Amino acid sequence: MSTEAKSKLIQGSTGAWEVVIGLEVHCQVLSKAKLFSGASTEFGADPNSQVSFVDAAMPGMLPVINKFCVEQAVRTGLGLKAQINLTSVFDRKNYFYADLPAGYQISQFKNPIVGEGEVLVDLPGGEVARVGIERLHLEQDAGKSIHDQHPDSSFVDLNRAGIALMEIVSRPDMRSSEEAAAYLKKLRAIVRYLGTCDGNMEEGSMRADVNVSVRKPGDPLNTRCEIKNMNSMRFIVQAIEYEARRQIDVLESGGRIKQETLLFDTKLCETRPMRSKEEAHDYRYFPDPDLLPLSFEQAWVDEIAASLPELPDAKKARFTAMGLSIYDALVLVAEKETADYFEAMLAEGVDAKAAANWLNNEYFGRLNKAGLALSAGPVSAHANSEIIKMVSENIISGKIAKDVLDILWVEGGDPRSIVESRGLKQVTDTSAIEKAVDAVMAANPDKVEAAKAKPTLAGWFVGQVMKATGGKANPATVNALVKARLGIAEEG
Amino acid sequence: MSDLTEFTLAEARDAVATKKVSSKELTQGFVTAIEEARALNAFITETPEIALKMADASDARIAAGTARPLEGLPLGIKDLYCTKGVRTTAGSKILENYVPQYESTVSQNLWDNGAVMLGKLNLDEFAMGSSNETSAYGNCISPWRAKGSTTALVPGGSSGGSSAAVAARLCLGATATDTGGSIRTPAAVTGTTGIKPTYGRCSRWGIVAFASSLDQAGPIAKTVRDTAILLKAMASVDDKDSTSVNLPVPDYEAGIEGGVKGLRIGIPKEYRVEGTDPEIAAVWEKGAEWLKAQGAEIVEVSLPHTKYALPTYYIVAPAEASSNLARYDGVRFGHRAANPKDLIDLYERSRAEGFGAEVRRRILIGTYVLSAGYYDAYYLRAQKLRTLIKRDFEEAYKQCDMLLTPATPSPAFAIGEKIADPVTMYLYDVFTVTVNLAGLPALVVPAGLNTAGLPLGLQLIGKAFDEATLFRAGRALEIAADLKAKPQNWWRA
Repeated sequence: MSTEAKSKLIQGSTGAWEVVIGLEVHCQVLSKAKLFSGASTEFGADPNSQVSFVDAAMPGMLPVINKFCVEQAVRTGLGLKAQINLTSVFDRKNYFYADLPAGYQISQFKNPIVGEGEVLVDLPGGEVARVGIERLHLEQDAGKSIHDQHPDSSFVDLNRAGIALMEIVSRPDMRSSEEAAAYLKKLRAIVRYLGTCDGNMEEGSMRADVNVSVRKPGDPLNTRCEIKNMNSMRFIVQAIEYEARRQIDVLESGGRIKQETLLFDTKLCETRPMRSKEEAHDYRYFPDPDLLPLSFEQAWVDEIAASLPELPDAKKARFTAMGLSIYDALVLVAEKETADYFEAMLAEGVDAKAAANWLNNEYFGRLNKAGLALSAGPVSAHANSEIIKMVSENIISGKIAKDVLDILWVEGGDPRSIVESRGLKQVTDTSAIEKAVDAVMAANPDKVEAAKAKPTLAGWFVGQVMKATGGKANPATVNALVKARLGIAEEG
Repeated sequence: MSDLTEFTLAEARDAVATKKVSSKELTQGFVTAIEEARALNAFITETPEIALKMADASDARIAAGTARPLEGLPLGIKDLYCTKGVRTTAGSKILENYVPQYESTVSQNLWDNGAVMLGKLNLDEFAMGSSNETSAYGNCISPWRAKGSTTALVPGGSSGGSSAAVAARLCLGATATDTGGSIRTPAAVTGTTGIKPTYGRCSRWGIVAFASSLDQAGPIAKTVRDTAILLKAMASVDDKDSTSVNLPVPDYEAGIEGGVKGLRIGIPKEYRVEGTDPEIAAVWEKGAEWLKAQGAEIVEVSLPHTKYALPTYYIVAPAEASSNLARYDGVRFGHRAANPKDLIDLYERSRAEGFGAEVRRRILIGTYVLSAGYYDAYYLRAQKLRTLIKRDFEEAYKQCDMLLTPATPSPAFAIGEKIADPVTMYLYDVFTVTVNLAGLPALVVPAGLNTAGLPLGLQLIGKAFDEATLFRAGRALEIAADLKAKPQNWWRA
């Protein structure tokens, strides 16, 4: 076992335990219409305003597959480097609930549209873990039961009923809560790149059921528990950690793990079993006789494959080949819009490393501090490119560049005009800089003597000259002049 | 003609088209006949105002020269077809007050062809039954009586209202549906003609589902020609039904006089079932002779898995029904129990109060055969048998063009005679269910009367989407049988 793997183990009273995690992630398919009806899928509409006769399961209504949702599932499958099944089958999953109008959910049980695939998960330190994908299938979402509007009645909103979901089932390949979170993050990035799911966990367009078990390293898999319906990375991490510890405690005190479905109580930060009524279902799956088996041609799959965007892994590889560190590349590819922003700067002719450093060190820092998403940020890719270009063109110094960004952040405008109108241009006129150097040296004769003896002290003079020129002096020129005056060799 | 209700659909069509009779007169004739025939309980909902309004519109079109193929012809609609703005009960208490906001594709096709709606016809609850006795709205009574008897007989089921209304001249034709014989059994026992088309020929959209992989819409009418005319209007591919099939709908009527010369008619030996009424066995033989006399070749064929058809059917159909009927839960529409104490109580009481005994029985059977631990033994095996049954037909059709069989094992029975014993009732479907399992078309035509004067029907089973040939052969049987008997108007109020 590698040290990396060992560090993920959890210490119990009887030794180290390994936690085994698998995720079933429900991604709402980005589509204007539902999976089997023409009704709209827009979020936040008035209750029951986006419900067709099919969604409400009126007598005699029949489902008709939305081809675009199928295309989205295929696209996602291709993004997961997965087997695309040219024939798949929709089954009925039968159970009664007030927000399940037909009394069954149309899903894919035995023959899903997408089979085995994989996701490469980026871990801290540049390590890459492979998480196997078991399957992806299409299914309908249920409606929403609302229990807090009336003292003794519940309400049902069917707007969500019938919306297409992709359930993406991973292999139990994750060994820590961090890995699980990193997997979910990567999966989210992939579907967002593909445009097949908006990945918005708060609105519920991405939710996960988390399967957790623990074992002694090397032992066969133990009984697992499933934590249902998680829609926050933070809670997933907390839930896994709580659940793993709970299971270890049960096993170490001589108990056995009962396979059960759990809910995570976010207030108490603990898992608890769902009531048996909520889970004791015999779903009586059988092929939906209203729908023919779903089949399509390989040529259509090839067409979709040809239209896939570049995905995070490929982008990361391309960025690191440009000289970026893995860390910088990962930050840039984590979100499609970040990568797009970066690439827009590259298209302006900015050096890749300079752009990456500038974004990661300056611009993203300011966005984070302000709590802004990139899309809401006040400075365009073009403006940031201009700033970096002015530095490389020796028009402004790196210090002034930050000032220009601050001005842009607040006031907006064109970077070059700002530099021009506010006189921020770098002073490259040697005679002006010489004057400043001489003035500083004349005022500090003791320091001149000291620096002549210890050349590293020359930096102090550079700083003073920069200060005296309001940061506008070209640092290289200042450096050269200071060294010349002190009689220090240039490359010393 | 003094009584316009005596018209066949084709005769009425021609009379209306040539303005010998107005649609209004014709429709009024049927409206009156329906009022006078309430003793038969053929209609659950009568819609005379709608009928007369549609008739007026048809007369206007005829006057304007824009008449359509069924312009002004009054029809009855099985109350399993959703009709926009008109209560649709499916014969169940659970849908007692259900008024759909949409029109089924098949009924819409009929209205688009100019037909007039007289009302909604009685049926077994959710089409589950062979005698119309499971209807929550009381059993429909056959207009036929045995000679010298006043015993009320069943009109067959589930489309009993359709067959009774056609036989009693309460409409020119009727829509029906067939999941295991629900068009053919009623047609056979009432001396009417009915076709269960190939699965996918008619859209199922807007028809209350019983068993989705078996359900198919079709007409019941007085003659083969009328049946052919109606099917042409009802059939269509439908974007809203994924299982409907995109094949052109032929002009069935145009070909019906084509004769049977050169057709090979298969007689499946497995249909010589013990317990079949000898008079039915005799009419079956006679039917074969009639076809032979008109130039067909009679060949004996084998459908070896026939004996598994009934058990297979009574697994597949209830399984699908148990799921299809889950939506009747008291939450969004239909019967809701008063003062439920929680969601489970709401479900249990709404469904217990809303569903009749036969529907509850089939939901239980269906739930059982799909449940964990029984699925493989029942549902999966039934699916395998279904494949074998389909293959039987494929093999048989290598030797013949269609099959001739009895339609029912006995003529109409008395109301109450079989309802107490579900298995006896299920056995009544022995000749019809195979066709649904195989998805094939089958036509039932009256072939004679038994000694008690009750009608006996014969069934012609065709190749998929070969309804046209079935109509040709059916017409040949009709000509040979030359049946003139009609039920007497004992029911008239």
